[in-house]
Amino acid sequence: MADTGNNDAFVAFERVQKSYDGETLVVKDLNLSMPKGEFLTMLGPSGSGKTTCLMMLAGFETATHGEIKLDGVSINHIPPHKRGIGMVFQNYALFPHMTIAENLSFPLEVRKIGKSDREAKVRRALEMVEMGEMGGRRPAQLSGGQQQRAALARALVFEPELVLMDEPLGALDKQLREKMQFEITHLAHELGITTVYVTHDQTEALTMSDRVAVFNDGRIQQIAPPDELYESPQNSFVAQFIGENNTLEGTVREIKDGLALVQLDDGGLIDAKPVNVEKAGDRTLISIRPERVEFNRERLSPDAHTLKAEVLEFIYMGDIFRTRLRVAGSDDFIIKTRNAPDQRRLKPGEQIEIGWLPEDCRALDAT
Amino acid sequence: MSDTTDTGPVLAADGTPLKRSLRRALRAQKMRALALIAPLLIFVLVAFIAPIADMLFRSVENQIVGNTIPMTVEELRDWDGADVPDEQVFRAMFFDLFLAAEAKEHTKLGSRLNYEQSGMSSLFRTTGRRVDNMGKVFQNAFKEISPQFDDAQFWFDMMSGGAGAEGNARLISNQIGRLERLEATTFSGDVGFVPGAAISDILPNTARAYAAFAAFTHFVNEDVVSEKKPWEAVHAALAVDLEEPATAAALAAYDGPGADALRQAAAAELPPIDMKAAFVDANKDWSRIEYWQVIKTYSPPYTTGYFLNAVDMEKTTQGVALRSDDERIYGLLFKRTMFMSLMITFSCIVLGYPVAWILANLPARKANLLMILVLLPFWTSLLVRTSAWKVMLQQQGVINDVLVWLGLVADESRLVMINNQFGTIVAMTHILLPFMILPMYSVMQTIPPAYLRAAKSLGATNWTAFWRVYFPQSVPGIGAGSILVFILAIGYYITPEIVGGTTGTFISNRIAYHISTSLNWGLAAALGSILLAVVLILYWAYDKIVGIDNVKLGG
Repeated sequence: MADTGNNDAFVAFERVQKSYDGETLVVKDLNLSMPKGEFLTMLGPSGSGKTTCLMMLAGFETATHGEIKLDGVSINHIPPHKRGIGMVFQNYALFPHMTIAENLSFPLEVRKIGKSDREAKVRRALEMVEMGEMGGRRPAQLSGGQQQRAALARALVFEPELVLMDEPLGALDKQLREKMQFEITHLAHELGITTVYVTHDQTEALTMSDRVAVFNDGRIQQIAPPDELYESPQNSFVAQFIGENNTLEGTVREIKDGLALVQLDDGGLIDAKPVNVEKAGDRTLISIRPERVEFNRERLSPDAHTLKAEVLEFIYMGDIFRTRLRVAGSDDFIIKTRNAPDQRRLKPGEQIEIGWLPEDCRALDAT
Repeated sequence: MSDTTDTGPVLAADGTPLKRSLRRALRAQKMRALALIAPLLIFVLVAFIAPIADMLFRSVENQIVGNTIPMTVEELRDWDGADVPDEQVFRAMFFDLFLAAEAKEHTKLGSRLNYEQSGMSSLFRTTGRRVDNMGKVFQNAFKEISPQFDDAQFWFDMMSGGAGAEGNARLISNQIGRLERLEATTFSGDVGFVPGAAISDILPNTARAYAAFAAFTHFVNEDVVSEKKPWEAVHAALAVDLEEPATAAALAAYDGPGADALRQAAAAELPPIDMKAAFVDANKDWSRIEYWQVIKTYSPPYTTGYFLNAVDMEKTTQGVALRSDDERIYGLLFKRTMFMSLMITFSCIVLGYPVAWILANLPARKANLLMILVLLPFWTSLLVRTSAWKVMLQQQGVINDVLVWLGLVADESRLVMINNQFGTIVAMTHILLPFMILPMYSVMQTIPPAYLRAAKSLGATNWTAFWRVYFPQSVPGIGAGSILVFILAIGYYITPEIVGGTTGTFISNRIAYHISTSLNWGLAAALGSILLAVVLILYWAYDKIVGIDNVKLGG
């Protein structure tokens, strides 16, 4: 976790709203505060308002209402070039008519930094991203990954305290993306810069961030560290958006000892942990991760409720097995099991009983 | 696999070399591609390349002199140009001109030479009317000596040397060839006349003149040679032959048809032959040495004369020299054309850049609307647009009226904005503006807005971001637009013709004048060739300085 010695928020959104057409809000009442040095990811589907938030922070969009503060100072009326925020763009936006060194030198030139100083800083920044030899090349002569590093170096060369990244790895292939994810996090933590990272890739969000803000419909649905987000989603959107998730609809029968008994729509009974259901009779959506589903009766507690299931499909995926079941009238209930020597391989047509630990299953709002 | 390790050529599966195999496989594809472009290729060749080649050729071509008066050209070769040529030259001119006058080609030669020396046209025209009379003297004299000389068949028999005589086929084919060049056509078929070898040795001039007459009668007049009385020129040629003392001696031994009559004529007293006097009598300009110098200077089949003319120079007896000040117009016109084209290009950049920028940065729907406004001029007739500017800019026009009404300009000192350079630049900038906006727009469209944002996020002000990041990337569009506008402007004709007056016209207006009014196509072609060369040189220079790869018309 990033050091949060300074309790004052470094970046703060206070009741920020944004509308483009004066009729609908793309960002609705956004409140967010980030300590210095944090790596925060804004995650969400397209149109959820995350990029708009980033652009407001960068200064390319103005907030319709509310205040954005940087280090305690409102920056609503500061033009982008005076904010001193580094930014990495989706398609890198390296200036094609300049060499890499000239690209890196650009922010220093406009800051009127002397030539020798400039050269030293550019060299250091290039070495930082292991591109020391590439200064004389043009962006078009570099591979996607190298361009990405150059863009990163350019955003960092003038030593900003805050760096914004707008889906910077979207154009890279999977392997390179994973490598860059690691490098970016590493660099951000090493330099102690505060980073706001926008992506729609949840794996990226989970692996890189100190905290993830999940956006939907112009609101932050949940803001939490990755493990918490994955394991304790606060609502059904987050549960479904982050990771793979099985959902079943039902009604709460009773809530007792912090445990809810849910009656599914086909009559089956199952235990779940109540998250945002309050009383018996509430409609709910229960959510369970595929890897937490158990079909070995012996591993469940004797009084646990189970559901009947029929195996529809068994998919061999190498490290894991993926099995599709029909449960409570739903045909796309997935369970994942590890490929271990003693692991049982289910066959299509087999009738099994499934269950889970009550704390793994969350009873969420039914929307 | 093993094929690739061999040192020999790589073989395909069936043993043929892989390269040949590949060629064969691609042939059908290539043929199809060729067939697809063939219509355009043929069209371009016929409608574009061929006329340009013809124009380039016309700018140096000068065969008319050698084709019309070949013997004179031959005789003038040794003329030193110091004094009026001697009788030999005038005689050659007589025979040349006689044939040319029969073929009615002498006036064309006159017009051609008139480009170089005024007065030439009338000189040839008036003399052409008199050549018949110059020969008439001899025709009458021969008729008096023997009525046989007035008989067509007699002449035919005499010149062909009688049945079974050895013929001089070369002489007649030479004359046919000369006639072909004169008439710029080709003849096929037999004249029905071959000069006798013996008689053409004795009477070379007569044989040549009669052969020319025979060829002309057969091919051009489509008559039977033996039924037509020979021209006055043939009689004159006979007189020339008989003037030679050796001829009488040779005739004494001759026994072909008409030998008696010829001996009779040789013995008789003939009128003196003085073609020089006859020519000067027909038109006294024939005694002016500069006229003859012009004929000699322009006698080779190819000339630099048109090009020299096009750069305000001329050929004189002392060699090539600049024309006198008051005759120099083309240099001025070229300079003016260049200057105005540059001004127009520059105005188009200044006016077009912001429009292209807005077009590229507006949402698609609004951009389309604005685009229609940009393209509107394209859908209006060029003449209408140009005439509209006339209405706008003239002294009693809209702009002047408004200025006077506002009190900015006094009524008696209305601005002169049309029929001068200003008018041409304004009207042409308006007309060519779309050609500047469209390439700039298509280039700007490809510049992502992220670059400007990136620059600003890096700390650049709006202006720095534009100037250092956006502008350099839009230069290819400016380049493409500038080349397009400049090349179109440099050859523009209609607008400067209508609004240019005298000071706002382009070199193209002068070319049009020479094509349609003065009919000096050679000079027009030379001016056009220079214009083409200037454009190519500028294009080359642009490629060297900016690089043609940096020119983008789109994408």
